[in-house]
Amino acid sequence: MAVRQFIEAIHDALAEEMKRDDRVFVLGEDVGVRGGVFRVTAGLIEQFGEERVLDTPLAESAIVGVSIGAAARGLRPVAEIQFADFIMPAVNQILSEAARMRYRSNGDWSCPIVIRAPFGGGVHGALYHSQSVETLFTHFPGLKVVVPSSPADAKGLLVSAIRDPDPVLFFEHKRLYRLIKEEIPEGEYSVPIGSAKVRREGDDVTVIAYGLAVQFALEAAAKLSEEGISTHVLDLRTLRPLDEHAIWESARKTGKVLVVHEDNKVCGVGAEVSATIAEHCLFDLDAPIQRLCGPEVPAMPFSSVLEKEYMLSADKIANAIRTLARY
Amino acid sequence: MSSELPRHREVGLTDEDVLAMYEKMLLARTVDERMWVLNRAGKIPFVISCQGQEAAQAGAGFALDPAMDLIAPYYRDLCLVLIYGHSARDELLSAFAKAEDPNSGGRQMPGHFGDRQRNILTGSSPVGTQIPHAVGMALASKMRGEKSVSLVSFGEGTSNQGDFHEAANFAGIHKLPVIFFCENNQYAISIPVKKQIACENVADRAASYGFPGVVVDGMDAVEVYAVVKAAVERARRGEGPTLVEAKTYRLVPHSSDDDDRSYRSREEVAEARRGEPIERMRSYLTSVGLMDETKDAELRAKILAQVNEATEYADKAAPPDVSTLMKHVFAEGGTETNGRSTIH
Ligand SMILES: Cc1ncc(C[n+]2csc(CCOP(=O)(O)OP(=O)(O)O)c2C)c(N)n1
Ligand SMILES: [Mg+2]
Repeated sequence: MAVRQFIEAIHDALAEEMKRDDRVFVLGEDVGVRGGVFRVTAGLIEQFGEERVLDTPLAESAIVGVSIGAAARGLRPVAEIQFADFIMPAVNQILSEAARMRYRSNGDWSCPIVIRAPFGGGVHGALYHSQSVETLFTHFPGLKVVVPSSPADAKGLLVSAIRDPDPVLFFEHKRLYRLIKEEIPEGEYSVPIGSAKVRREGDDVTVIAYGLAVQFALEAAAKLSEEGISTHVLDLRTLRPLDEHAIWESARKTGKVLVVHEDNKVCGVGAEVSATIAEHCLFDLDAPIQRLCGPEVPAMPFSSVLEKEYMLSADKIANAIRTLARY
Repeated sequence: MSSELPRHREVGLTDEDVLAMYEKMLLARTVDERMWVLNRAGKIPFVISCQGQEAAQAGAGFALDPAMDLIAPYYRDLCLVLIYGHSARDELLSAFAKAEDPNSGGRQMPGHFGDRQRNILTGSSPVGTQIPHAVGMALASKMRGEKSVSLVSFGEGTSNQGDFHEAANFAGIHKLPVIFFCENNQYAISIPVKKQIACENVADRAASYGFPGVVVDGMDAVEVYAVVKAAVERARRGEGPTLVEAKTYRLVPHSSDDDDRSYRSREEVAEARRGEPIERMRSYLTSVGLMDETKDAELRAKILAQVNEATEYADKAAPPDVSTLMKHVFAEGGTETNGRSTIH
């Protein structure tokens, strides 16, 4: 088994899928010669040529819109939006077009595209290079929204996204790119979209999270086990379709649920997770559902002090778990 | 230039072609007028018209090869989709929102065309979103070394949308086989073109994207054909896009929900009607000896019968089954895993 960083795992998925299927190509700003501003696509242009690793003009709506047209003609575009913050000019193409081409044509047309975007904070990216935008897209039927938290999942989920017959938004927490390494399975594999994963078994408190927050939750859980608190950690991995059965099962396991995400709380993914638990497992609960999320400010400030205040951490999660454990 | 040939033959259209063009234009007009009658009678909730733009669409449609060239039409392109193989019945099924509507099975408003089998991309309501799609289709064509071109149509107001500019720039850089076909009907709902663009022609905008922009009389199907045909040939030779601006006039209100008396005079509309495309085509065909009053009357009677039949059929056809509401959000059968291993 090879040990790969999160960013390498994403690169590998792209390279392997491009090799396997010549309909797959990548496009975006600086993805070719530069290999991407984060270097996710490094080496692809040398391997596959500039026809399949397309440096596009600086125009996000065209990146997505052209991908939609190419997919309509049978290609499998993987578009990169340089930072999730700059997906906004393409929102109309994503929501009005990609998400509903199949539905509006009564199943006649489809839109098998992947849109990859680095998101999230803790990298001194300030207001416009730190945002979590996943909730905006998670509301819309017709899109799949994937947020991996580990290298093995990042690779396997991206493979599934590329092979998926429908549009998939693939959000990569940029703080994870070089933060974690792990052994990933040998050979070709995929991880199914729409299935959450228990990252740690526990009996006292259930933490439900995704993206970087999963790593913080696992750190917190390790620390708390020394204090005698046993934490169950569920990684959502896909935000739409949400794996509701896994959520209910994890909630019932401990009866105490803490939902954690970096995105702010109001109308966030945590609201949906809490609602489905309330609808299906209310009488299995031993405490009110808790949410630990980003604060209700427009975005993350540049100042390290303010950024730290905004960001989640293992300590913040540990405190929330302790409180819930004592309830 | 002292050719003896009639104009249509000079540009490569046979007698049968121009007669077929005229027939499609008349069919489009008749279907369109029928929809207004049905709307005013309370039978269908909405109409958006092609009236005044039939010649532009016929010229463009006949310059393409529907077997290989893709179109990304906009809501006024009734005549274009009729040329691409839809029937009066198909479009009336759409107007009545019936299950058999090939565009969307009654899911979308009329004028929201789409049909994969006929190379018609599915369209939506936000203006201009289809323009980058046509560029993407052209990119696919180029990447695979195919000869097919794509044509995308839109109004002059829509040429202000970012999607037009982003798509044109992309296509210009990659010299893609796409035709940007602007049907300039002088208004975007109530806003006249003078308040819409500061340059004289939409076609002038092509210069900044590195490809030709051509203005053509959009009331003359033969002229439009010649210009679009040249653009198609240029695209097939791998020389890149062309922006064609067909100057037309919208003869009726923007849609069945609009009242155009509030923003343009009846005199102006009456004046425009004098140059209206169907009459112009008829008099051209008469002048070259291809049409006379008897033939025209026969053709109109045939088309009216078709539209009557189509109306009756569509009116009686079944609506979509309510159980289909949840269908086609995602592909049925899930992901293409090709039987390879998945880890959980
Ligand atoms: C993005 C967007 N904004 C506004 C509208 C409402 N709207 C529909 S058609 C139209 C005018 C379009 O004018 P033009 O592009 O000239 O096309 P025409 O209708 O004249 O053929 C407007 C404003 C819309 N459909 N989409
Ligand atoms: Mg207009």
